[in-house]
Amino acid sequence: MKKKKIRSRTVHKLLTNPLSFIGIVLISFFIVIAVIAPWITKPEYANRYIIPRDGYSSTPQPPSVSHPLGTTEGQYDIFYGIVWGTRTAFRIGLLVVAGIVLIGVTLGAIAGYYGGIVDEIIMRLTDIFLTFPFLVAAMVMVVLLGRGLNHVMIALVVFGWMGYARMIRGDVLAIKEIDYVAAARALGASDLRIIFRHVLPNAIYPVFVMSTMDIGSMVLTAAALSFLGLGSQVGYADWGQMISFARNWILGTDANPFAYWYTVIYPGLAIVLFVLGWNLVGDAFRDILDPRMRGSR
Amino acid sequence: MFAFITRRLLLLPVILIGVTLLIFLMTQLVGPSVRVSIYITNPNVFKGGQGAIQKLEHKYGLDKPIWVQYANWLDRLVHGNLGWSASARMPVAQALGKYLPATAELALYTIWPVVFLGIWMGFISGVHQDQWIDQVTRIIAITGWSLPIFVLGLVLLMVFYGLFGWFPPGRLSLWASQIVNSASFHNYTGLHTIDAILNGNWRILLDALRHLVLPVLTLSYASWALILRIMRSSMLETLRQDYVTTARAKGLPEKVVLKKHARRNALIPVATISGLMVVGLLGGTVLTETIFDIHGLGRFAAQAAVQFDLPAILGFALFYGFIMVFANLIVDVSYGLIDPRVRFE
Repeated sequence: MKKKKIRSRTVHKLLTNPLSFIGIVLISFFIVIAVIAPWITKPEYANRYIIPRDGYSSTPQPPSVSHPLGTTEGQYDIFYGIVWGTRTAFRIGLLVVAGIVLIGVTLGAIAGYYGGIVDEIIMRLTDIFLTFPFLVAAMVMVVLLGRGLNHVMIALVVFGWMGYARMIRGDVLAIKEIDYVAAARALGASDLRIIFRHVLPNAIYPVFVMSTMDIGSMVLTAAALSFLGLGSQVGYADWGQMISFARNWILGTDANPFAYWYTVIYPGLAIVLFVLGWNLVGDAFRDILDPRMRGSR
Repeated sequence: MFAFITRRLLLLPVILIGVTLLIFLMTQLVGPSVRVSIYITNPNVFKGGQGAIQKLEHKYGLDKPIWVQYANWLDRLVHGNLGWSASARMPVAQALGKYLPATAELALYTIWPVVFLGIWMGFISGVHQDQWIDQVTRIIAITGWSLPIFVLGLVLLMVFYGLFGWFPPGRLSLWASQIVNSASFHNYTGLHTIDAILNGNWRILLDALRHLVLPVLTLSYASWALILRIMRSSMLETLRQDYVTTARAKGLPEKVVLKKHARRNALIPVATISGLMVVGLLGGTVLTETIFDIHGLGRFAAQAAVQFDLPAILGFALFYGFIMVFANLIVDVSYGLIDPRVRFE
């Protein structure tokens, strides 16, 4: 009963706060684009994620009837790339975040619940993984695995879980001392049952906030790796790669310095709006769910 | 305090071993014939073909048990032998030294605006919670996290270099780099702005600064937004403490309450995080230097990664990892100094 109340109040606040409402609109927009992708574009290849090319000239072509957002270097259609890139972005964001939440929450719960030497080992492991700047660590991993989108996702999972482990450990440490957990233990509940039924449900809200924002930041890092040339194969619908296509064309011509603006701006906007949507919702989530902030407004 | 620092120092070797072990285990993802490239100090040994590679694998003990391999590799690291970088055509250790000044210069000018502007704006938004200034900084901060460094950098170049021609990429203009590389100009540090001051050459200083504007802006934007938000929430939390109420109740002017009582305490968590954030900027140097064609460590690593220059990318990761380890140590110890409560834990 109480849970339901919290949930409906959260939804209500998310919809009435103007910033989070914009976030929800943005995310919904991208969901719609991802779903209707096959109907608003004409795939040419069996693998529909490969962007069709209109010739092989390297100079980008401005928006026209056949290419509503123009073509980028190598005549890849920008509209097609953005539409199918939306699916790529969702796949990266959701899969990577699912992976890091699973690993981070599991390790954090084990460390916090058992304490002692187990805790010490897991937390030092966390420190070691945190030693490398995220992008650098992911870069090394992708170089060793070989370039490709799946390898990028693996690398992001391997170096992305530490925040959750630290957070859940702290929450579990605090919660396991509370009376109702002791009561459950006295009733003979197993460790697993206590962790999953009594401890984790009470520590899960911050995970919610963090994972919402991480969907955006994982897509951002994946795009950065693609931009550097470590991501998907050439021609795959992927926003980061489209930005790297645009790199040679930011200067335009003498007569018109912005001659090729569409090569940067459209894919750039796609990334920014996608990530912004998740960040707006995550930010509002935090204000709503963080009880320490509740009295302050 | 003493126990706190001792524990921290005792953990240092554990972390360093862990960091090297992690990198070493990651290299196990590739076969020995690829891994052998980490050990080469002279590219000519590869000329013998497949047979030569097998001989090298044997020579460097890649057919031995894994812990022996790790010990061997660690021994080479300790002696500063990081292998040969094919992309830079020099030993990795030498390449790191060569590219360090450009990155150090970029970091030097990025840190100050990030920390000071972030703290200042965070303080203001905390004091004026939910008023228009708070909403504006909130929007700036959220867009800051959502704006990829590489998109921001390219758009800035498009406008301020392509359209106005004010801030070109690179580190120096052609005429300036000719002067810097000439015999009459002494390169004390490799940081052009500082060397220019030491040489008393103001035109070089101006030129170097002109080239720094866009990369610094690009690199600092996202981190600045984060510090701002942390300072804001820290301020909000401090303002609800009893001693702030007490200070107000005894009739102190609001200015004194905010600046002397609240802000000083709110700065404690920000100080720790700023230290780490500043180090976190290191990751961003890879993208920023690539976009602005700054020949620093980040660009070196990005090129090494694309060209599968394994020794270079590993050396780079270890180097950044070690900087992070020592920066963390300094941050933790200074945290103990700032906040007396930590000492008694």
